Amino acid sequence: MSAGPAGPDARVAAWTEAELAVEGRVLEVVRVPEPVLSTPGPLVDPTAPETVQLAADLVATMRVSPGCVGLAAPQVGVSAQVFCVDVSAHPKTRDHHGTFVLCNAEVLEASRNEKAREGCMSVPDFTGDVKRATRLVVRGALPGTGEQVEITANAFEARCLQHEIDHCNGFVFLDRVAGAHAIHARKTYL
Amino acid sequence: MSTPTLHAITVLGHDRPGIIAEATGRLSGLGLNLEDSTMTLLRGHFAMMLLCSGSAAGPAIEEALAPLAADGTLTVTVREVPEETAPTTTGSSWVLTVHGGDRPGIVSAVIAEVARVGGNITDLTTRLAGDLYLLLAEIDLPAAADVDALESAIRTAATALGVGATLRPAEADEL
Repeated sequence: MSAGPAGPDARVAAWTEAELAVEGRVLEVVRVPEPVLSTPGPLVDPTAPETVQLAADLVATMRVSPGCVGLAAPQVGVSAQVFCVDVSAHPKTRDHHGTFVLCNAEVLEASRNEKAREGCMSVPDFTGDVKRATRLVVRGALPGTGEQVEITANAFEARCLQHEIDHCNGFVFLDRVAGAHAIHARKTYL
Repeated sequence: MSTPTLHAITVLGHDRPGIIAEATGRLSGLGLNLEDSTMTLLRGHFAMMLLCSGSAAGPAIEEALAPLAADGTLTVTVREVPEETAPTTTGSSWVLTVHGGDRPGIVSAVIAEVARVGGNITDLTTRLAGDLYLLLAEIDLPAAADVDALESAIRTAATALGVGATLRPAEADEL
């Protein structure tokens, strides 16, 4: 867990999947052009049992996927506004909130854009240069309790949040690339 | 039905609206599938390369595209090429940037250093704007390459030409 988050962020940083009290299942990750990846997901009831199970499944699937720092419901074939994130082990991470799941997340503030190259398990053969905000405030609900939380994220965690929120809204990074020559063939696979 | 073949098509010449629509429409009419393509303007000249697969033969493709070149401002070439599979690499990917005052020999001098260590250029763009010359290259380096030594050699070559050069990793963040 990060050294820093205080206030509303501390609740998110303290969250673990143990709160869900259900066993997560490892699900298959779907790839483009699977239609669910291009479909905006509906809002969910964060306290509903199926949302809690989905949250646990997302974390379980993220845990077994090499290099995976975030996973959204459409990536496991479920059209819904739910995703999980854990950038704590990534070398580019500065401060972070550990593992958390957000439902119905929306971006409240975004600033300081930077371009970086992204890859995605659902787009295995390409990487792409994408401009994203490096300072971000996101609001969402925790699964299970349904508590409304706000997260102030920066750098890599901010990029990850935007990537996952995009998934929930039916976008993959291919929809956000910086230009016609900003897509690259992937050369190494995790 | 005959076995699908792969054809490389180049279209070069005077730019005007509608070239891509016309070329791809004619290829589509032959039942050809565009597998890969790139197009850019090189100092205002239209430059496009396409790889398309299908059962149409080279002469039929040339005939279908002939109207594109009818006014003499575009050159179209068609040639069959073998299937190539891009190998996954165990090396590393890098982005090379070189910029400085224009003079002949910048690309060759700098890229020669990359070739010397077995590096492979997978994408390259150069631009000239006023007196500023810019080179951007994506490079695959073999796992055994000494990147520090290469960077030093590139800087030496660049300094001799009076330009600046940077080499940085092109790793993608997995999200």
